[in-house]
Amino acid sequence: MISPLRSRGAAAAALLCTTLPTLAADAISGAVQQRSLNWHAIVMFFIFVAFTLGITWWASRRTRSTKDFYAAGGGISGFQNGLAIAGDYMSAASFLGISALVMTSGFDGLIYSIGFLVGWPIITFLVAERLRNLGKFTFADVASYRLAQTPVRTFAAVGTLVVVALYLIAQMVGAGKLIQLLFGMSYSSAVIMVGVLMVLYVTFGGMLATTWVQIIKAIMLLAGATFMAVMVLAASGFSFEAMFQTAVAGHPKALAIMSPGGLVSNPVDAISLGVGLMFGTAGLPHILMRFFTVKNAKEARKSVFVATGFIGYFYILTFIIGFGAIMLVLGKPEFTETIMKDGNPVQQLIGGANMAAVHLAGAVGGDYFLGFISAVAFATILAVVSGLALSGASAVSHDLYANVFARGHADEAREIRVSKIATVVLGIVAIVLGIVFENQNVAFMVGLAFAIAASANFPVLFLSMFWKGLTTRGAVIGGLVGLISAVVMIVLGPAVWVKTLGHAAAIFPYENPAIFSMPLAFISIWIVSVLDTSARGAREKALFLPQFIRAMTGIGAEGAAQH
Amino acid sequence: MDETLIRRIQDNPKFTELVRKKTSLGWLLSIVMLAIYYGFILVIAFSPTTLGTPLFAGSVTTIGIPAGVVIIVSAFVITGIYVRRANTEFDQLNAELVKEVHS
Repeated sequence: MISPLRSRGAAAAALLCTTLPTLAADAISGAVQQRSLNWHAIVMFFIFVAFTLGITWWASRRTRSTKDFYAAGGGISGFQNGLAIAGDYMSAASFLGISALVMTSGFDGLIYSIGFLVGWPIITFLVAERLRNLGKFTFADVASYRLAQTPVRTFAAVGTLVVVALYLIAQMVGAGKLIQLLFGMSYSSAVIMVGVLMVLYVTFGGMLATTWVQIIKAIMLLAGATFMAVMVLAASGFSFEAMFQTAVAGHPKALAIMSPGGLVSNPVDAISLGVGLMFGTAGLPHILMRFFTVKNAKEARKSVFVATGFIGYFYILTFIIGFGAIMLVLGKPEFTETIMKDGNPVQQLIGGANMAAVHLAGAVGGDYFLGFISAVAFATILAVVSGLALSGASAVSHDLYANVFARGHADEAREIRVSKIATVVLGIVAIVLGIVFENQNVAFMVGLAFAIAASANFPVLFLSMFWKGLTTRGAVIGGLVGLISAVVMIVLGPAVWVKTLGHAAAIFPYENPAIFSMPLAFISIWIVSVLDTSARGAREKALFLPQFIRAMTGIGAEGAAQH
Repeated sequence: MDETLIRRIQDNPKFTELVRKKTSLGWLLSIVMLAIYYGFILVIAFSPTTLGTPLFAGSVTTIGIPAGVVIIVSAFVITGIYVRRANTEFDQLNAELVKEVHS
């Protein structure tokens, strides 16, 4: 059984390595079989849904103005926001995907976790407080602060919608397959349920409900993961050395799981991945939006500190959980099934490698805990898609409708109505695309979302805050260069050209384009801005000083709502 | 913000001090974090066996494990250093500046 396990591990690793944040979608890239109904999980999930709908009802009574709707009235505390940001980041992908990666490849899983984490300090130092001081509801507020509203907001809205759509499709497909596996429901009913609940949370409860759903889910996930990690450590007498010894003895790769393996053998791809993760995080619209829910720059800083702590803690837990899965799940007959792959019988974990954490939950905590973890995985997807939907809807209503179409003179009630309509439309689109893409390999989509965030959104946002010389022309043209080059490189690269379109060899050799596409965007923005001698460009450069003063001191920044 | 207020802030030595302290600490800590992370990636790419060295004679635990955990903790600690200084010292300076230019 060693060789099939190994090849399965290698295949999983190769998949996972392509585009890191795609883990959940990956997990679920093949055909999955529907299981018998898992009642424990279903009951616990419906308790979660009932409770969060109650919160949505409560939030809807407190959501009146646009500020309430987009930014929870600015009344979220730094600690709460930190938990919500951590919740946005601790997706089902990270939880199931990284623990599976640790199970199949050991140490390599830790390398990925670290890549996910190290962007956060940079966001704290360079982005968080300037963003909070300059913006109101969306990152486009900041990017267009001293530039021409129509072109820059349109560009930022396109960047937002593309990132949101890709992320959303990957989550929808992941949700459908995961729920099929965990709950025994049909794929389409799962996708429809996720879409409908997402629309309910966002349209009725706005940012307030979305934030609390995220916080509750983050607490549930952290509590569940902590319990699993403690049980794993208890099984090895609270000795890491003993845990690693048992794991090495039981793993087909033996001692190799304790050192870096083949995943990061290509330095260009490894660094490119790191660049994409680090700066992509700083360009994800649904994460950036969270900085407007707190009162001031001080709370914004505090929230990233709290988020970094919880995310770091969570990755240490997933590492222990992955080793726990090696000890207690991997190769055990009760968790293994035989499937046919390319005409050969292959042994794998029931439901695939990404079920590692779920099986481990059953092994250490019995059926009820298994149900709990399954419900948490579902809740995680629900919370993440709600944040995405709100972010996409605000790009439509706040950026395109209120500031481009109505030239900043939109009536608040009407703006909120546009946002709700946009949410419903996004929900329908997400459900339809979720069903359309059921049997497609969508693993590249989250990677593409991160690459676009790093190559289009981040350079424009960063230079708008840091570089006096940025002009509208530079931002729009350079940003588009970043967006298009990231898309083209991913399409011509191994993830799409070979794995999705089935060609023999990739035209662009690397899985991760960020190391090329991001500098390309920066250089294009720089050249076009420098060459821009228009009167408008000169005016925009002159407006940098007042913007810089506000970014630094917070004088004139949006305050918290007065209720 | 009107012209006179902008001029008053710009000419205030506390503003210069705030900008200098905040940006230099921010960039310094960013460089530290980038150096730690890309240093780690380069070690993995060019000398993978280094991290596979046993922690002590006869152990299965390798140097890579505590190294990885230390990086995770360092991200948290570095963020903490910045947030602590910004939320006390820099915000204090900022409050004084705002008071001076508005008086």
